Amino acid sequence: MSKVTSMRDAVAAFVHDGDIVAIEGFTHLICFAAGHEIIRQRKRDLTLARLTPDLIYDQMVAAGTARKLVFSWLGNPGVGGLHAIRRRVEDADPAPLELEEYSHFGMVGRYTAGASNLPFFPLRSYFETDLPKANPLIRPIRSPFGEETVYAVPPLKPDVTIVHAQRADADGNTQMWGLLGCQKEAAFAAERVIVVVEELVEESVIRADPNRTVFPGLIVDAVVVEPFGAHPSYVQGAYDRDNRFYRDWDAIAREASTTQAWLDEWVYGVSGRAEYVEKLGAERVAGLRPSGEAPSGSVDYGVYK
Amino acid sequence: MSEPRVSAVGSEGAAAFSRSEMMIVAAARELAGQRVCFVGVGLPNIAVNLARLTVAPELELVYESGAYGAKPARLPLSIGDPTIVTGATAVVSMFELFSFYLQGGLVDVGFLGAAQIDRFGNINSTVIGDYEHPKTRLPGSGGACEIAINARQVFVIMRQSKRSFVERIDFRTSPGNLGGAEAAARIRREEGWLGRGPSVVVTDLGIYHFDDAGEMRLDSIHPGATLEQIRETIGWEPGVAEPLATTPAPTPEELRLIREQLDPEGAYTK
Repeated sequence: MSKVTSMRDAVAAFVHDGDIVAIEGFTHLICFAAGHEIIRQRKRDLTLARLTPDLIYDQMVAAGTARKLVFSWLGNPGVGGLHAIRRRVEDADPAPLELEEYSHFGMVGRYTAGASNLPFFPLRSYFETDLPKANPLIRPIRSPFGEETVYAVPPLKPDVTIVHAQRADADGNTQMWGLLGCQKEAAFAAERVIVVVEELVEESVIRADPNRTVFPGLIVDAVVVEPFGAHPSYVQGAYDRDNRFYRDWDAIAREASTTQAWLDEWVYGVSGRAEYVEKLGAERVAGLRPSGEAPSGSVDYGVYK
Repeated sequence: MSEPRVSAVGSEGAAAFSRSEMMIVAAARELAGQRVCFVGVGLPNIAVNLARLTVAPELELVYESGAYGAKPARLPLSIGDPTIVTGATAVVSMFELFSFYLQGGLVDVGFLGAAQIDRFGNINSTVIGDYEHPKTRLPGSGGACEIAINARQVFVIMRQSKRSFVERIDFRTSPGNLGGAEAAARIRREEGWLGRGPSVVVTDLGIYHFDDAGEMRLDSIHPGATLEQIRETIGWEPGVAEPLATTPAPTPEELRLIREQLDPEGAYTK
């Protein structure tokens, strides 16, 4: 049965006020299209989880969708700070924002524990730092097999995880390449999963290269086909990060008024991703294409009858 | 907006260079002989890529985003740039990267930047001011906390200023030599850290290593910089090596690589 649906219907059906939402993707494959639809549908009181909140959560926080962030690195990668989030944190403007802070490995471990139904994830981090004081959910634990102490973090089970990928079939069998971040762990940990793809493919395409499948349709609730849905982040082999926008955002987000004006124009003012891409313009889009091709070789899985 | 360039003292005919360029070159040279380097965001990114093209061709670049053996064809805009994927030896999940590569003990050097550092090389990249009510909210750990604990040694690159080189950091994000070398060595042993802690801090003014007490000691001063400038931009009285070396000025080839190949837009060097 096809799970293919529109972004509007997927967000309406699977993202609820008060949810823990994880839109994962480490620099790569960040589903801005889904974030913008969540803003348009004026979801509220979300707990937003992501290793790197990035511009997407700065926008969602500025739009008033979130009450809390769970994260490990809060910045505009390669550019600077996230100003809408900083206003909430430093000045409680217009309202405070709750923070729950880990390190990258801690966040990856949380998703891993969530995905594998474990009560905690142990790691060799946090020793002699102030992080366990800042976040009492980071706790020391003694090894049952010796004298060693390590730190433990609790499982993270998002109500909904949203993942952007190069391709999936209609059932949600999902393949991606390039940086994989922790999308697999975040998807398996979640109650519901929305997959957003550049391209919808036949099941035979998936089955021809099963090693590339990151997770199966078994855990997927909705498949949304939204080309360029990760802009201004990137999709390996399809388009580059729009670094101009990452730099522009630094200026836009410095003032609440310019931030709201941007949201009005680029999020509330468009019906969805297709209109957003049209508004970006063919030239901007073409300029983000890779400068050349670098195809992988193919492998032979063999036929065994 | 570019910073004034200085000419190397006693190196007649040498090209003028900026302090940032000197810092990047000095940091890259420190990587000679190293094999596996975990690359942090920002300045480490360009220093490590310069090292790969000069003193350390065998260097395997590991990015926390999951690339191992990256061969970036342009300077990555961030540590998750697609250019670190194309042509890499391996691209793995972040779980594998942090569990098997870093925590498994395969990383020789973790290369970090920071907002604040103290004399023992403890690093803050979380907040300026109180954690609950910060004056400035900084990015936070990212992978820096576990890199400082699990990489065999840590290199730091950052510009010197009274605000960043401080007697007391506001928040300890990544541990260095804690309160001194002896206690740090004992704690590392007891807690099973793989890392030996920080080994070098490269700034825009000089190069520091760590003395037997675990404190930063100025071992080399960059051409054009003075001890007075060093003291004006550091929050404690730093130890100074006797005799104090002068960092060799950047070579024309190092400058060419930075200006033409690695950072033609001057994103890191302005």
